[in-house]
Amino acid sequence: MTDLTTPDLSTRGGRIAALKAAAKERVLILDGSWGVMFQKKKLVEADYRGQRFADYDGQMKGNNDVLCLTRPDLVAELHDAYFAAGTDISETNTFSGTTIAQADYHLSEKDVWDINYEGARIGRSVADRWLKAHPEKPRFIAGSIGPLNVMLSMSSDVNDPGARKVTFDQVYEAYRQQVSALYEGGVDLFLIETITDTLNCKAAIKAILDLRDEGHEELPIWISGTITDRSGRTLSGQTAEAFWNSVKHCKPFAVGFNCALGADLMRPHIAEMARIADTLVAAYPNAGLPNAMGEYDEEPHQTGHALHEWATDGLVNILGGCCGTTPDHIRHVAEAVAGVTPRQIPERPKAMRLAGLEPFELVG
Amino acid sequence: MADPDCRVAIPVGRSVVRSVFVNIGERTNVTGSAKFKKLIVEGNYGEALSVARQQVEAGAQVIDVNMDEGLLDSRLAMVTFLNLMAAEPDIARVPVMIDSSKWEVIEAGLKCVQGKAIVNSISMKEGEEKFIEQARLCLRYGAAVVVMAFDEVGQADTAARKVEICERAYRILVDQVGFPPEDIIFDPNIFAVATGIEEHDNYAVDFIEATREIKTRCPYARISGGVSNVSFSFRGNEPVRRAIHSVFLYHAIAAGMDMGIVNAGDLPVYDTLDPELREAVEDVILNRPQRTNVSNTERLVDLAPRYKGDKSQVQTANLEWRKGSVNARITHALVNGITEFINEDTEEARLSVERPLHVIEGHLMDGMNVVHGGREGRQAARAGWPHPDGHGQGRRPRHRQEHRRRGPAV
Repeated sequence: MTDLTTPDLSTRGGRIAALKAAAKERVLILDGSWGVMFQKKKLVEADYRGQRFADYDGQMKGNNDVLCLTRPDLVAELHDAYFAAGTDISETNTFSGTTIAQADYHLSEKDVWDINYEGARIGRSVADRWLKAHPEKPRFIAGSIGPLNVMLSMSSDVNDPGARKVTFDQVYEAYRQQVSALYEGGVDLFLIETITDTLNCKAAIKAILDLRDEGHEELPIWISGTITDRSGRTLSGQTAEAFWNSVKHCKPFAVGFNCALGADLMRPHIAEMARIADTLVAAYPNAGLPNAMGEYDEEPHQTGHALHEWATDGLVNILGGCCGTTPDHIRHVAEAVAGVTPRQIPERPKAMRLAGLEPFELVG
Repeated sequence: MADPDCRVAIPVGRSVVRSVFVNIGERTNVTGSAKFKKLIVEGNYGEALSVARQQVEAGAQVIDVNMDEGLLDSRLAMVTFLNLMAAEPDIARVPVMIDSSKWEVIEAGLKCVQGKAIVNSISMKEGEEKFIEQARLCLRYGAAVVVMAFDEVGQADTAARKVEICERAYRILVDQVGFPPEDIIFDPNIFAVATGIEEHDNYAVDFIEATREIKTRCPYARISGGVSNVSFSFRGNEPVRRAIHSVFLYHAIAAGMDMGIVNAGDLPVYDTLDPELREAVEDVILNRPQRTNVSNTERLVDLAPRYKGDKSQVQTANLEWRKGSVNARITHALVNGITEFINEDTEEARLSVERPLHVIEGHLMDGMNVVHGGREGRQAARAGWPHPDGHGQGRRPRHRQEHRRRGPAV
């Protein structure tokens, strides 16, 4: 007999069931920034190269993803710090883990695969350790799938608005390799994040859906776009609702926004998503806007206070932090929203909902 | 039946806040527009883009793009045009309908649009397997889909065949593929009437009846069609063609047609058609018993030359409305989507009231009430529903489209 009430957390299927159950009960906590935390370690070129890339001809410093292979101890340490701060879901250190994003560092297809595979394994092993110590609190690993430095909806040449540096098929192929490696490495869900171009995101979605069609286990998908500024649009020009209409075909586990804005400026867009999305809503803003030095000044208690308000106003189901946030920020957020009832998923009338840069709705 | 005192305007012309019928712009279609075809064949994409822009400005809520032309590399033309369109915020704000009879052109198009598009079309022409495969791909790319009433046997012409094919396709899509029913649009084939061939006389009736039946049997699905096909036998006589489109849509919309590929902004309002022409067209569209010793088709053919290219008459008739009160003029402009006199009329209205807001609350709302109340009331009456205006029993009219316009794109 299978016990339906307590899923077996040693299997991925059990963890996915536990994730869905937990989301009904409380506001879930994602971790915070990774880039800033690595910066604080004052790493040197040799840290990035390690043994594997000792003879690398060029600069590897700055390629945080490669640390999954060359300094796995540091990566594990960060997962650990975030879990200690109260994180439910920690992200793999694979934000730029595609052959396209890694092209600048001349990494091979195999290297990129290994980054994702090892990234997932490191995350999962730390999560398993926490699970052992605190069996009452399941810990999840989300495979981080970041944006690319090339966009499918925007011109790559000021003199030719139709020019593109890549094709959909190339972007699809790059994401396909990444999601396959993350899947094999053992992530519990996929997080397509910091989406600047919805068409790039749709290529990543198709890669995940195709993996599923080929008989692989169905992992939840979390879609997180980025509203770049006060225009209230994504970099590729869509409004929040148009963005939702364009990605909802993958029936995401969660949808929301991250990066670019601090909590104050992101709030209206999250409120809009909370109104229209018939799935979980997730948000992880930056620690305010950067100062003149490019640093983030928002204090952990400020972030905690702002996000507490979102939670009590019933806007969100998952909260975390992006650029500039630290384990301390996450601790404040986790403590602030503990016990708060998560947003209720609204029921929307069936309607044909399409999108260009703006939404189109045919109801009735 | 035509109702002589009906105040309804069929919902065409410049978009109003809500309309009951979705205009899909047809002018960016090489098979329908000689001008657009020439621009694309010559590689004049800049001009071609302005055709798309004009349509959006004229009220098209979706842009149909079709590059099916023997002289073209259709796939390349589709990709080039869609990539260029993506760079124009005033065009790209509306969804695209990717229109081709070749699947590889459609799929290439799907790889160029960040929004949620409509695929036009897939069908069971080559059997269920291919149909299911293409429908699945539409789901994976995230697109709504137009399904043509076409199966292994052929294209449906009678109402019964249209209904049979669409219902079968619906069941496959919803039950087997898991396609959201609200993302399915049926095109039950609009064929030309008044061709002189008797078998064609009932084609419009077949479409209208099939529309009503499909809407009943296939919950949440939508009905669309290429409207200009119906008047094909009158090509060269644009005023008569427009009158045919107008009458056809009037009846098809009442039966449940939700959207159509039309020349946005270029359809006369049913009510303003010359009564003699309207009656002759209506007899043809509805395949009514002939009134005289000649057939309905012959009667319309005899009548048609009188309207051909008669722009002066149209112009005079159009300007007659300028003699009315400012209130009547604003209402007329709203119903017909005429922007030409909007500044002088609203200014005149503003000078006649205390506060500018009164123009909005008074003159403009009066006009909008005719646009909505008339249209929806008429539809409600036809469908046997309470009038939504005032005595409504809380039931909303069926066909309501909200296309919200917001601030400018970045």
